[in-house]
Amino acid sequence: MQQKVEFHDRAGKALHNPQIRSNFRYAMDGLMLKRLRSFPDLDELNRLRLRSAEIRANALARLPELLEQLEARCRENGIQVHWAETAEQANEIVLGIMNRHGAKLLIKGKSMVSEEMELNHYLEQHGIECLESDLGEYILQLAGEPPSHIVAPAIHKSRQQVAQLFKEKFPDIPYSDDVDTLTRNARDILRRKFYEAPVGLSGVNFAVAETGTICLVENEGNGRMCTTIPPVHIAVTGIEKVVEKLSDVPPLLSILPRSATGQHITTYFNMISSPRKPDEKDGPDEVHLLLLDNGRSHIYKDAELIATLRCIRCGACMNHCPVYARIGGHAYGTTIPGPIGSILEPQKAGLDQLGELATASTLCGACGEVCPVRIPIPELLNRLRFERVRQDHTGATRGQGGQRDPWEARIWKAWSWVHANPMLYRLSMRMATGLRWLLPNRLGPWTSVRTAPRPAAKSLHTLAREKGFDHE
Amino acid sequence: MSEARTNILRRLSAGKPHFAAPAAATRVPLARWDVPGRIDQFRNKMESVRAEVHVTVRDRWPDLLKSLVTEKQLSNLLYAPNGPLGETLSQAWRKEDPSPLICRNEAVDEWKEELFFNIGGAITAARWGIAETGSLVLWPTTEEPRSFSLVPPVHIAVLEAKDIYDTFADLVEQQNWHLCMPTNALLISGPSKTADIEQTLAYGVHGPIELIIIVIT
Amino acid sequence: MNLRKSYPEQPERIYFFGTCLIDILYPEAGLAGMQLIRREGVDVIYPLNQTCCGQPAWNSGYRDEAREVAAAQMACFPEDYPIVVPSGSCAGMLRQHYPALFAGTPQQDAAQAFSERVFELTEFLSRVLKIKLNDLGKPVKVALHVSCSARREMGVANEHQSLLQQLSNVELVEQERKEECCGFGGTFAVKHAQISAAMVEEKATALVASGADALVSGDCGCLLNIAGHLEYRKAQLPGSHIASFLWERTNAAEG
Repeated sequence: MQQKVEFHDRAGKALHNPQIRSNFRYAMDGLMLKRLRSFPDLDELNRLRLRSAEIRANALARLPELLEQLEARCRENGIQVHWAETAEQANEIVLGIMNRHGAKLLIKGKSMVSEEMELNHYLEQHGIECLESDLGEYILQLAGEPPSHIVAPAIHKSRQQVAQLFKEKFPDIPYSDDVDTLTRNARDILRRKFYEAPVGLSGVNFAVAETGTICLVENEGNGRMCTTIPPVHIAVTGIEKVVEKLSDVPPLLSILPRSATGQHITTYFNMISSPRKPDEKDGPDEVHLLLLDNGRSHIYKDAELIATLRCIRCGACMNHCPVYARIGGHAYGTTIPGPIGSILEPQKAGLDQLGELATASTLCGACGEVCPVRIPIPELLNRLRFERVRQDHTGATRGQGGQRDPWEARIWKAWSWVHANPMLYRLSMRMATGLRWLLPNRLGPWTSVRTAPRPAAKSLHTLAREKGFDHE
Repeated sequence: MSEARTNILRRLSAGKPHFAAPAAATRVPLARWDVPGRIDQFRNKMESVRAEVHVTVRDRWPDLLKSLVTEKQLSNLLYAPNGPLGETLSQAWRKEDPSPLICRNEAVDEWKEELFFNIGGAITAARWGIAETGSLVLWPTTEEPRSFSLVPPVHIAVLEAKDIYDTFADLVEQQNWHLCMPTNALLISGPSKTADIEQTLAYGVHGPIELIIIVIT
Repeated sequence: MNLRKSYPEQPERIYFFGTCLIDILYPEAGLAGMQLIRREGVDVIYPLNQTCCGQPAWNSGYRDEAREVAAAQMACFPEDYPIVVPSGSCAGMLRQHYPALFAGTPQQDAAQAFSERVFELTEFLSRVLKIKLNDLGKPVKVALHVSCSARREMGVANEHQSLLQQLSNVELVEQERKEECCGFGGTFAVKHAQISAAMVEEKATALVASGADALVSGDCGCLLNIAGHLEYRKAQLPGSHIASFLWERTNAAEG
C-alpha cells in the first residue's frame, strides 16, 4: 500500500501548488480547444476513429505473426532486430551496441519506451552520457525531472521557470524568458552535440510489418537529426506498435497529431526502412530496432484488457482528463500518466503495486470519448477495479486481488445484503428519515468542503404511496 | 534466435485472445480538389505553418530563386549538380560572379563540419506534394541526401504542381509504396518548430528555420 | 455504446425507478418526475421492492455484490413496460452496464432485455412523450449541469437542454467548462477527497461566475456534490433536480 500513500501525497502536493495548477489548466484548455478545432467534421472524426481502432485491433489480433514479419522485412532491409523481455534486457542491448562502437555519448529523440527502461540512468551508471534533444525533454534533463506529459513533457513548467533553469545551467548566455530566444539558445547548444554524437536513439510511432519500416512523428527535427546524422541509429519500441500494412499508416497519421495537439500534421513524418545503402551519402550505417515486451505480452492474454495495447500515445486522454488537469503528470508516479497510464501501468507493474491508480478517476468518460483508437478507458478502469479486489485467482492480471481490503469487502457485503433485501432496505430508510436530525454534520472527507447531506423527512417510497402511485 | 524472442512469441501465441480481426473496414471518405483547388489547399496549409510558398511557371523559377537568395541574404546555397535541378541551377548563375551555389560530392561525413556550421541554405527537389495536409514528400537520393533538407537553416524545395496528390493515402496507394520503400521517405510540412515551452510556437528549433517552396505550374 | 436511434410511441404504463439517492435525499425530485409523466396521461408504477441499481459496488470493483443487488432490481420490474429513471448515472448503469454485469451468467439475456427498456427521464419526456411545457414561473437565470453519464453514457445532454429551453421565462446561462466533470464520481469523492474537492471548487466557481440564479441538474450525485459545496461556501445559488424544477414551474397548483 506504499504506492497508494505516495500517490495521495504527490497528488496533494500538486493540488496545493498554484503554479502547477495554473500551468496545467492553461495547457489542457489550450490542447482541448486545438483538438476540437482540428476536427470540424464530426462524421469524418467518427469514421476515422473507427478505422484507426480497426487498424490497431487488427494488428493486435495478428501480433505474433506480424512481429515475425516485421523482423524478417527489417532483416532483409539491413536493419538489425533485437528482442527484450524486460527493461533490464533492453538496457543491456543498448549498452552492448554502445560498447561495440566505443561510444560515450548517446543523443536521444523523444522516446517514452526509453523512459520506461530508465535508459539514461542505466547508461550513466556505465559511464555513458545520454543527451535528450527534444526541447521539452532537454529542459527536464537539465532540471533532473521526469516528463509530466507524454507529448508535451515539460508542460508543467512556465517559461519563466525554463528561463531560470537556463540561467543556472548556462550562466554565460544572457537571461531571457522569451520563448524564441530560449529555443534558439537550445538549438545552438544541441547542434554541436548532433554533430558529435556517435549513436542516436529514437522511439517508434508505427512499425510497418509489410515493408519493415519505422515511422516517426515529430516537429522539431531532432528526431531526424538523431536518425540521420550519427553513424548508428537505435530505435526502441514496445512490441505493440506494429501495424500490418503501409496503407494502415495514412489514417493513423491523420488522426494522431490532430488528437494530440490539434495540428493537421506534424512538421516531419520520417519513414526509415534501411541503413545507408552503398551509394548513399548520409544516414546511419547501422540501424537497430529493439522490440521490448516488459509486461505487454501479459496484457495481451485478456480479450478485454488487450484494448489497452491499441494506444498510439497521443495524450488526448490526459488532455481531457479533469483529474490529470488538477494533479498533473508527476503525481501518478509512472512513466505514462493520466487515464491511459492508469490502465496500462497497473497491468504492467501489478495491481498490488499500482491498483490505486485505477480508482483515481471519476469515470466521467471524457478520455474514452476522445481516444482516437476508441480504447474504452472507463470500462477498463472499472475492470481493473474489479481485478484489484477479486479473490479468485484467474491470472488475468498481475497482482490480481492484491488490494483487497477485508474491511472494505465486509462493508460491500453488508451493503449488498441490505440492498438485495427490500424489507431490510425499507427499514433502514425509515431509520434514516426518522432519525435524520441525529445524523452527524461531519462525515469525514466529504464535509471538508461540503455540507452534510440530510435525509428527507419522508422517503420516495412513502411519498409515492401517499400520492397514489401504484406499486405494481 | 534469441531466447527473449522465443519467449515473447511463445507467450503471445499461447495467450492469443479469441477474437477475430475486424473484418469490414470503415471507409473514411478522402478529400478531393480540382487542379487550382489542389494548389490553393497546398499553399494554404503550408502557409498556416509558416512555410513560404511561391507558385510560378517553369521558365520563371530560376529568376525567382535568384531574387529569393538575395532577399534572404544567403551566404551560399548547397545544391546537387547531378540532381534533377542541377542543370537549371548551374545555368541560372552562369553569367554572374560570384555564384552562391556550392556542391560537395563526397559523403556527408567528409564535410560534416562545413555542413553544420557554414552552409546558409540548401535547395532540393520535392518528389511529390500532398494538398490535404500541405506536405512535401521527399525520397532523398544519392545526389540530394537527407541532410540537405535538415541541417542548413534554410531549405528551398522545388515541386512540380502536377506531382501534388490530394491525400497521403492516394500517394501511397497510387505510387505502390509498399513495393519500393526507399531508405528514407519523408513528409515535410513547414519549418522545424516546437511548442514545448508554454504551448507557444517557436520556429527553427533543430531543423530548418525557414522552408521556402517553389511550385512550378 | 448503446445510444438509441429510435423511440417507441407513448405507452399506457411505465415503471419508475426512483434511485437510492433520490429515495432518501431528494424524494421530491422522484415524485416530480412521476407527476410529470402522469400528467401526460401515462400510468406510473413505483415498485415497492426497488432499492439501488448496484452502481456503487460495480464501480468499486465488487461485482458479485453489485450483481446480487442488480438481480433483485430486475425482479421488481417483471412486465414489459418502459423503465424510467430520473438520473443519467443510474440509467447508464441499468442500460449500459447490466449486460456486462450479467455476461456469462444465466441471466445474461434477461439483463439485455431489461436494459433495452430503460430510459433516462429527460429522454423519456422529450423523445417518447414529446412533452409540451407551459412555464408559469417568474423570470430566472439557470445554469444547467449535465452529468457525465447523462452526457456521454446516455447521450441525453440535448434533451436536458431542450426541456429547459421550452420554459419561456427561463434564461439558460452557460458556465465555463460546462462539459467538465464536477468531481463526484461516487466513492471517488471520498477515496480521492482532495482531488474531488479541487474539482467541485472550480465547478462551483464557474457556476457562480455564470450569473445564474439557480443550478439545475438531472443527477442527484452531482447536486449533492455541487450544491453541497455551494452551501458550504454560503453561495446564494440553490440547486434542484431538473424534474423538480420542471414540475414546479409548470404545475398550476404548486407553481
